[in-house]
Amino acid sequence: MTGIDAIAARLRAELAPDQVITDRQQLRTYECDGLAHYKVVPALVVLPRTPAQVAATVRACAEAQVPFVARGSGTGLSGGALPHADGVLIVTSQLREILSLNPADERAVVQPGVINLHVTHAATGHGYYYAPDPSSQQICSIGGNVAENSGGAHCLKYGFTTNHVTGLQVVTPDGDLVRLGGAAPDTPGYDLLGAFVGSEGTLGVATEVTVRLTRLPETVRTLLAAFRSTDQAGAATSAIIAAGVVPAAIEMMDALSIEAAEAAVHCGYPAGAGAVLIVELDGPAAEVAAQFDEVSRLCDENGAFETRVAADDTERQLIWRGRKSAFAAVGRISPDYIVQDGVIPRTALPEVLRRISAVAGEHGVRVANVFHAGDGNLHPLVLFDDAVPGEAGRAETVSGAILDLCIEYGGSITGEHGVGVDKARYMPRMFSDDDLDTMQLVRCAFDPSGIANPGKVFPTPRLCGERPGRRQGAHPLHETDVAEVF
Amino acid sequence: MSALDDLAVKAGDDDLVGGVPARLVAAPATTAEAAALIAETRDLTVVIRGGGSKIHHGPPPRELDLIIDTRRLAGVVEHAAGDLITVVRAGTPMAELHRLPGQQLALDAPPSATAGGTVAANGSGPRRLRYGTARDLLIGITVVRPDGRITKAGGKVVKNVAGYDLGKLYTGSQGTLGLITECVFRLHPVPLTTSFVRAVAPPTRAADVLAGQFAASALEINAVPGGDPEIAVLLEGTEAGVRDRAGALARLLDGEVTDVAPSWWDTPPWPDGGLGLKLTSVLSAVPTLVAAAVEAGLTIRGSAGTGVLYAGCPGPAGDATRLVSLLRAAATAGGGHAVVLTAPEPVRDGIDMWGHVPGLELMRRVKDQFDPDHRFAPGRFVGGI
Repeated sequence: MTGIDAIAARLRAELAPDQVITDRQQLRTYECDGLAHYKVVPALVVLPRTPAQVAATVRACAEAQVPFVARGSGTGLSGGALPHADGVLIVTSQLREILSLNPADERAVVQPGVINLHVTHAATGHGYYYAPDPSSQQICSIGGNVAENSGGAHCLKYGFTTNHVTGLQVVTPDGDLVRLGGAAPDTPGYDLLGAFVGSEGTLGVATEVTVRLTRLPETVRTLLAAFRSTDQAGAATSAIIAAGVVPAAIEMMDALSIEAAEAAVHCGYPAGAGAVLIVELDGPAAEVAAQFDEVSRLCDENGAFETRVAADDTERQLIWRGRKSAFAAVGRISPDYIVQDGVIPRTALPEVLRRISAVAGEHGVRVANVFHAGDGNLHPLVLFDDAVPGEAGRAETVSGAILDLCIEYGGSITGEHGVGVDKARYMPRMFSDDDLDTMQLVRCAFDPSGIANPGKVFPTPRLCGERPGRRQGAHPLHETDVAEVF
Repeated sequence: MSALDDLAVKAGDDDLVGGVPARLVAAPATTAEAAALIAETRDLTVVIRGGGSKIHHGPPPRELDLIIDTRRLAGVVEHAAGDLITVVRAGTPMAELHRLPGQQLALDAPPSATAGGTVAANGSGPRRLRYGTARDLLIGITVVRPDGRITKAGGKVVKNVAGYDLGKLYTGSQGTLGLITECVFRLHPVPLTTSFVRAVAPPTRAADVLAGQFAASALEINAVPGGDPEIAVLLEGTEAGVRDRAGALARLLDGEVTDVAPSWWDTPPWPDGGLGLKLTSVLSAVPTLVAAAVEAGLTIRGSAGTGVLYAGCPGPAGDATRLVSLLRAAATAGGGHAVVLTAPEPVRDGIDMWGHVPGLELMRRVKDQFDPDHRFAPGRFVGGI
């Protein structure tokens, strides 16, 4: 019996037979995540229903030294949940209960398979919501959000997953259930919670997540402003930030992405726009009213030829519809496309856009730009037709050149999609060997054998080995029973 | 000449950490100098010192050869106002970062505290309710590892998920993982208007403030044995917006609107060398925690909006060990923790100042990876790390 067969037999006995998948056809349905051009059929899929079952699965992997990969809803865009051909894929979708929701404490405790938007649905009646809102929030899972440190359109003001998770129960790569952080803030000791969030499944599997709930704002106001060029829209964004306004979101789309959105969802953005800005303000009514007037004025001053204000929720959703559908909509104007995710200092926006346009022109490739303008997070959509020989290669070249631009301007190779398998090779362009080595010290502490999602994030694994060191025992006062442990 | 010979001087009478005298003090002025120094001192135990505002907090070091003083490693390297970020050397006084032109690092700290020290000690204050703490505001960091290697994590943009978020690991690590030499912070605009609403009210009323639409930047309480409990709320924003909210909040709490903070705002309720604790709990448990502290004869104050409080004895603590046990039990029952920041020496040496923490075994493994010889701040951190 191979290692995998033995694990399958053991887990069929410890879990239930229908929670362990070995049929090749069924395994194939898990061969990729949201980044569909990477495909690997896992050796085994396990569908645990409890944290203890996740721990049992990981323990079986650890004992057999077999790699494992955790997967939530499979919407990730960097191949972070790409299976390992000789490994176990742990699917958390059966762990989908909201365990508790406590508005007075501004906390909810949820299982990792709970869908992001469902937390907000559960909290809204109490006057609260869960702030991180990745575009896939209708289907993506909280566990996946934790692994990727997911952001969203509103993280300009509210931050990312890491700012909204206060506690985790995780299964370590040894198969132990451990708590990191808690419901209260500032848990003493190293902030392992902070290191775990965004570690893309390389430090273990989250099995329970304590999230912060945010008070629903009194007022939300959304404005759509149309400009002749991205330069004008960029200047308006800078002016808004310079005025000391921190909107909940500032989103920008260029002419090509507007064209795609119109074709797909008929969002009715102003005709002839070279760029549109969506600015959303939220908070206390008087505060929002004052800021809204200022934002409108700054848009006008920077060349907006038409502005629209959402009168109600329906109109707000209409404004957002074009933006939120933009990725998929590009399929209407191009058979294939790469969604890129990079970050630049916001002030470099006009210059970087010009250079992206130049690189694209040089290679005869079209690039549609959609981005979180407030925080400089670009999502260029590099269009190509795979049926035309050479186009995919050229698109890949342009996509890589965009990341090089992000690094050149002091930004990042990923703002929210993660490194995964897709960008591991770019990590050495952003970080030195010593930087990557230091990150892997943490990896070695959690996962010395490197079985948790191997091949992701880091281009080359570090050999952990035995390092000389004085092992510290318990606190001397605990050992001698002088101090009490609560 | 070696970096150690070049930089280190014999320690003076004031170069103590928690009562433990150092042999040597060195003050590197650049990251490169610091790296050379640390690489050469592989057989020395080290404690890092910034402004010194929290140097005596926590257990004393088991051994201490060398204090690395960061105050020459100072200055704002870059303030990119349009991008709302700043790059600063670790020894830069927080006072400088509280008043950057038109912007601020919205992290409360004593003016003489350094940026690196505030990160390493995870210092925070009232405004953490709105702006978060160092872990939320730090977006990039440069650290010299105990083996002398210079390493960076994060970067200069707020939104960044490339690689592990080591800035969070270093935040609150109390100098046990290496020397922070440079920090990149997210900044916030200086608010147009600020106002305080003060009221005599029990801590239970804090929940009404949170449930309302006041968007408070800070929600602080103060309770003194035998005195009236107080609530003070900081509001920031546009002039009209603040006036509107302050008026409504003053009516809700039957309090007054004022331009000045109460005298107890962001000050620890203990004298130097006295008994001082940091207590945390879930929000709904704050009133119980406050009651437990006051009943035990302690003054307690802090952020009722986040569940982070500070308790202490104005005078000499009676049976301090018993007090610590009692408050630790109350904090634990409230889902939080009690950390003894400072205590008179005989008390300090008889208690576990950090208390029990979850995930300690993993923390030991992290320490072993970064500092296998346990020479950075040995014994100062949780579980004797």
